[in-house]
Amino acid sequence: MSNNAIIFITLCVVLSAVSFVLDRRKTAEGFKRGWKMFKNVLLPFLNILILVSLLLYFLPPSIISRYLGAGSGVAGFLAAALIGSITLIPAFISYPIAAGLIQQGASYAVVATFMTTLMMVGVVTLPLEIKYLGRRVAIVRNVLNFVAAVTIGLVIGLIL
Amino acid sequence: MKGFFKKHGNYVWVAAFALLTVLSFIVGFNPGKAVFTHFTRSFIEMIAFVPFLFIIVGLFDVWVPKERIQRHIGQESGIKGMALVVLLAMLQAGPLYGAFPVAYLLYRKGASIRNIFIYLGAFSSMKIPMIGVEIGYLGIAFSLARTLVSLPLFIGIGYLMEWYLKNRRFEVSDGGKGKEVTP
Repeated sequence: MSNNAIIFITLCVVLSAVSFVLDRRKTAEGFKRGWKMFKNVLLPFLNILILVSLLLYFLPPSIISRYLGAGSGVAGFLAAALIGSITLIPAFISYPIAAGLIQQGASYAVVATFMTTLMMVGVVTLPLEIKYLGRRVAIVRNVLNFVAAVTIGLVIGLIL
Repeated sequence: MKGFFKKHGNYVWVAAFALLTVLSFIVGFNPGKAVFTHFTRSFIEMIAFVPFLFIIVGLFDVWVPKERIQRHIGQESGIKGMALVVLLAMLQAGPLYGAFPVAYLLYRKGASIRNIFIYLGAFSSMKIPMIGVEIGYLGIAFSLARTLVSLPLFIGIGYLMEWYLKNRRFEVSDGGKGKEVTP
């Protein structure tokens, strides 16, 4: 059992107990909502795990660390930032992939940059964003977020 | 056939994987077995925390109703207003494009330009379910570092956008749906 599981189970038990003491009906409702959300993501999640398992089998650690590792330099970093900005991958899918990449030798800076650009910059969804914010503002927001995302990636690379 | 795949696509992959794994074990196909070992490991990793994460998210959902926070947005300013939009963003789920309709709602309720962009920033990377998955996969140190570095940058972007749009006409539109949303 990993540390993470222990953190989540403890937090879950404590919060549930507090919630139960305060209000049983609300607690039951919360459990129901949580379970429903879990059911909704379970199958997509299984598919991602299958994909990650295949990926880890076909991409040996040596290749991953060469292109995405600490030694990959500016190229790996830039590639991560660009791919992260352009693609649209839900967090539930990207985290298992990111964890797999780190296990196989990718550097924190590269993975963090990929994750932050993925979250904060949306090239594919730009047309939609323009409808809400207007062309100029949407573009400025994405450019500022790109700069912020790359900064975050670099800082995390320095810290971790 | 296409409709079938669209509806049951998720099952199809899982079923195909199960079938191929069983076959790999029967005929002793080693790559198949290796992939299955990877899969078991990541499945255990996932099932050990994701259900608990969702129970926590479900409890949050019940105890901290988003509607109640939304009601106060636009009335509060300064640090309190900022904290409120960040909290509201943290309670959401889903991809970034889901944030724009809410940004429109906040705009209609009189939230400041700064807070609208802080909301978008916090939505993109501080949602509780997402941070939960992040902690589960990349560890609490990664999550903490990322969140703490991100937050001041989002607030900075909020101020920058406010400054940039000070003398320009700016409005959040309803995304062309033409649907009236009562503020």
